Amino acid sequence: MTGTFLGMPTAPRGVGHLRGAEPFPAAARRALADSQLRRNLAKATSTIRAKRAAVVAELPDWEDLRAAGQAIRTHAMTHLDHYLVQLEEQVTSRGGVVHWARDAAEANRLITGLVRQAGAAEVVKVKSIVTDEIGLNDALAAAGITAHETDLAELIVQLGHDRPSHILVPAIHRNRAEIREIFLREMAGVDPGLTDSPAALTAAARGYLRRRFLSARVGISGANFAVAETGTLCVVESEGNGRMCLTLPETLITVMGIEKVIPSWRDLEVFLQLLPRSSTGERMNPYTSMWTGITPGDGPQHVHLVLLDNGRTAALADETGRQALHCIRCSACLNVCPVYERVGGHAYGSVYPGPIGAILSPQLTGVEDNASLPYASSLCGACYQVCPVKIDIPSVLVHLRARHVEQAAAARRMPAPEAVTMAAAAWVMASPRRWAATQRASRVGRLAGRGDRIRWLPPPLSGWTAARDAPAPPAQTFRQWWKARNGGTA
Amino acid sequence: MVEGQERGHGVTPREEVLQRIHNALGRPTAPAAPPPSPGEWPRGYRTAGSLPAGQLTGLLAQRLADYRTHVSRCSPLRLTAVAADALAQRGARRIVVPPGLEVTGLDLALLAERADAELVTDDGLSPAELDTADGVITGAAVVIAETGTIVLDASPGQGRRAISLIPDYHLCIVHANQIVALVPEAIARLTPARPLTWVSGPSATSDIELNRVEGVHGPRTLEVIIVTPEQ
Repeated sequence: MTGTFLGMPTAPRGVGHLRGAEPFPAAARRALADSQLRRNLAKATSTIRAKRAAVVAELPDWEDLRAAGQAIRTHAMTHLDHYLVQLEEQVTSRGGVVHWARDAAEANRLITGLVRQAGAAEVVKVKSIVTDEIGLNDALAAAGITAHETDLAELIVQLGHDRPSHILVPAIHRNRAEIREIFLREMAGVDPGLTDSPAALTAAARGYLRRRFLSARVGISGANFAVAETGTLCVVESEGNGRMCLTLPETLITVMGIEKVIPSWRDLEVFLQLLPRSSTGERMNPYTSMWTGITPGDGPQHVHLVLLDNGRTAALADETGRQALHCIRCSACLNVCPVYERVGGHAYGSVYPGPIGAILSPQLTGVEDNASLPYASSLCGACYQVCPVKIDIPSVLVHLRARHVEQAAAARRMPAPEAVTMAAAAWVMASPRRWAATQRASRVGRLAGRGDRIRWLPPPLSGWTAARDAPAPPAQTFRQWWKARNGGTA
Repeated sequence: MVEGQERGHGVTPREEVLQRIHNALGRPTAPAAPPPSPGEWPRGYRTAGSLPAGQLTGLLAQRLADYRTHVSRCSPLRLTAVAADALAQRGARRIVVPPGLEVTGLDLALLAERADAELVTDDGLSPAELDTADGVITGAAVVIAETGTIVLDASPGQGRRAISLIPDYHLCIVHANQIVALVPEAIARLTPARPLTWVSGPSATSDIELNRVEGVHGPRTLEVIIVTPEQ
């Protein structure tokens, strides 16, 4: 960790899962070759899109809820310091202990220490992307502590020695036959006659996890929302594994990014409508748990809250990019994205995939470490339309592309080919005569094409035609056509 | 902006993260005044339902059933009999009840006799003991018709969070005056300092090929009896 106040530090390298091993285009090419993956993704995303559309259409005030959600998140980020301090006061006054972590490494050290302090060698975990972000399970394992993932999809991912590929459905890339094989191979004591019906697979997971829940001493969770006004933490889930982890252990450690705070209790009435309908396409998810510090005689009697930066303040410092922090992790943008639907989550290299990941990950790590992600989009805008808090993802993508180009230009002496091209274009367009002459000259481009298409261009333009055709220049410029149409008068 | 030389080992993570936020927001220190009232943002959404009481109960029953909750409606006079039938039908013999379960029309002694069930009052049962129970009976704090959601707030008659979690069958008795139409109405009625559990149908997962499977870790069967005065 650099720790300097000159510019906000980004998430450190070498810990956690915010950076892929290869750039997006290379990872995407491999993913596209996996036809099983594409079938799984197409089925899952189309199913969930239809469910979401149906339950959103039920509400006459959906757009009002979105507007309120956007306003609340914007307000919370603009006064983040105030609300975090208020949250801390409230949690502390109710018997909880609040910790702050500058980055992933610090959070991992802190949480490992808390688990050791509780004298536990095992923990049960609620699905939490932020703990994937910081690589908590690896850090716990290095300290000799076994972390049991208890969400069914996270369990499938953990037992498959795999990585999550979707915010909501981390094992979306696995079908039932694959899951059965993973369970038969990895789940101690599983019935060898296990079938691949979803009900049988779910029952196997229930049996496997039951005794772990009943004997767990430490639970680890994330948080969907944290209410500054009251110190209330909220976890939204479906399976009941969350309730088990939040209720049965003696010690509960909750890790949340600092951006999860919302100002007032009343704000939950907005997000508890927006989130389930956008996320699982349900009117309400089966279980939502809320707790405020410690309740004597009910649930964990040692409650910790870890507030994590890990690059979030770097995102906050960018006035355009800041809105990525408004995200409530519903994953609606993944399900509508034509790019995500084809390549899946792994290609993005980060625990935050899809359109939101393409704007969040580069800001957490610094654009230079996830430079290909802002380009992993066709800018079609479907993500913006479904976002429950109206994050303008396409605009942030374009903004981050510009930041990347500017940083790259500043980092090298020779201007990039795009920069040379753009400078030349600016010179040409600045003069009507130069513009007309260039347009006329471009007609020689027709020699390179067949009909209306150019299928191959020489370097440095070959980068364009490697993946798509270029349109051949028209035989006549617009000005020539206009002049002819109007009988010779311009 | 605090310069490097002012930063020593004495800077805590808390101080540093807060300083980063001040810097990111373009102000050198914490704001002196609290932010403007959160009431200022647009609240154009619905905050009160418009259905008459009878239709509200109907909507609730339909929305509960949509997510595979078993629903029945009865008057206080019939409540004990309906509850006994429900327990008998599930074969639930050992039933946990929270302290303070006092529901108008529910006679616990008669219920135990008619359902041939043993009612065990929770006095701090361990998770393992709760695991041996067949079911649990609770009341509710508030119920949301539009989403088919029961909210438990751990007050008397609802009990600790664990008792409605570990047994495989949850019978929840709801009174008509506990039903609200919308989520904002429920938020207004609830006390955030209490541990809250919002339940919408039995536990479920869609993690395998997005096929919904009911019954993962929470109760696999959820049954609601809506007690209405006029029936």
